[in-house]
Amino acid sequence: MSAVRLLVGTRKGAFVLTSDGSRQSWQVEGPHFAGWEIYHLKGSPADPQRLYASQSSGWFGQLVQRSDDGGNTWAPVGSDFTYQGEAGTHPWYDGTLRPWEFTRIWHLEPSLDDPATVYAGAQDAALFRSTDSGQTWQEMVGLRGHPTAPSWQPGAGGLCLHTIIIGPDDPSRMFVAISAAGVFRSVDAGETWRPANHGLSSEGVLPDPDADVGHCVHRIALHPSRPDVLFMQKHWDVMRSDDAGNFWYDVGEGLPSDFGFCIDVHAHEPETVYVVPITSDSLHYPPEGKLRVYRSRTGGHEWEPLTNGLPQQNCYVNVYRDAMAVDSLDPCGVYFGTTGGQVYASADAGDSWAAVVRDLPAVLSVEAQTLP
Amino acid sequence: MSSLVRVRLPAQLRILAGVGTEVVLEVNGPVTQRSVLGALEQQYPLLVGTIRDRNTAKRRPFIRFFAGEADLSNEAPDSLLPEAVARGAEMFVVVGAMAGG
Repeated sequence: MSAVRLLVGTRKGAFVLTSDGSRQSWQVEGPHFAGWEIYHLKGSPADPQRLYASQSSGWFGQLVQRSDDGGNTWAPVGSDFTYQGEAGTHPWYDGTLRPWEFTRIWHLEPSLDDPATVYAGAQDAALFRSTDSGQTWQEMVGLRGHPTAPSWQPGAGGLCLHTIIIGPDDPSRMFVAISAAGVFRSVDAGETWRPANHGLSSEGVLPDPDADVGHCVHRIALHPSRPDVLFMQKHWDVMRSDDAGNFWYDVGEGLPSDFGFCIDVHAHEPETVYVVPITSDSLHYPPEGKLRVYRSRTGGHEWEPLTNGLPQQNCYVNVYRDAMAVDSLDPCGVYFGTTGGQVYASADAGDSWAAVVRDLPAVLSVEAQTLP
Repeated sequence: MSSLVRVRLPAQLRILAGVGTEVVLEVNGPVTQRSVLGALEQQYPLLVGTIRDRNTAKRRPFIRFFAGEADLSNEAPDSLLPEAVARGAEMFVVVGAMAGG
């Protein structure tokens, strides 16, 4: 019988949640790396027992942990994320120029077919790659070497590279998203990059709302069967591209707020998309204190609220950008974690929800693994 | 000439390195912050980057160094540590600075 394993990163450690395919009863293991911020954990699609975790701390810096047995045991691997060449500068919040400085790894993206290869998205924004199972890391200099890089400014959470997508049909095509620079696309396996932000508009945020770079993209997602169709939760606006990021258009009409962080796509229905609307950039909680996932079955053209099992009063949590995931069972399982420490699960594609666990530290990330 | 220096690490680094409350290090030459931390990192490579920056060797901002009831955090890395640390009578204490509410 199949099973699901959720990898949950929190402000104070990592948790591994497991269930059989019914997804009704869950076992919670953890915290692993207690006391450390776990921004992200992810398993290798090529070897689901191979997991990578980003472990960081304001006191002690960055570590990367690896498990080869599905999270039962872990061992630290390499954590030298040294920028290549001249560090360069970028604008700081106060308008001064600040040297690029490594703070943490926000996101780890294992290769689709090689368990030893994994990509890491850094703050300050840079892309690193390891081809030896995390022992050593090399910056992919083409991204930060883009001519616009000296103009990239940090979002409120820092200048972070938080999203990495490897083309499911063509691994030489990659997307990354940076707050607040926007989306960049590579067609040569990460050697060179070009902005892919045409159609985005950041009125009131950028002096030129339609600028090539500078957009605070919070998350992008795609369905493996349609690699040219991308969905985006931007700072404000839910967007869609039908041509691999050449052009984006707004599909947020009908949402109570088009501000938010996470977005994901149903495992079997490429036109079914999920978001969690958040009130605004200054009010990081759901509108009206009602925690609602919104689902579109039409690729963003109509939206419906999903509330069954979710708190509909006095709820003031946030759902971060990496904190939503889907499994690949049928019906599709959908999961998200909150800053209040709840991990919610739906075993019926969002029709109903239940809290798997309620009192974890603030959840930073959720990944779902579907196991045989 | 070498000295046996006793070092106490913060709990999270003790767990990471798999050590107890006290680490004894053999330090060659003058006993300074730099030589003690160098010996520590040599014996426990996992700790590289957790106490001082791996490239600049500067103390991480939220790390403090105490010994003999004195805060030595801002002493020069090559300044001699107290003689009591050098002869093992006092511990060189690495501390995660107080932060939070």
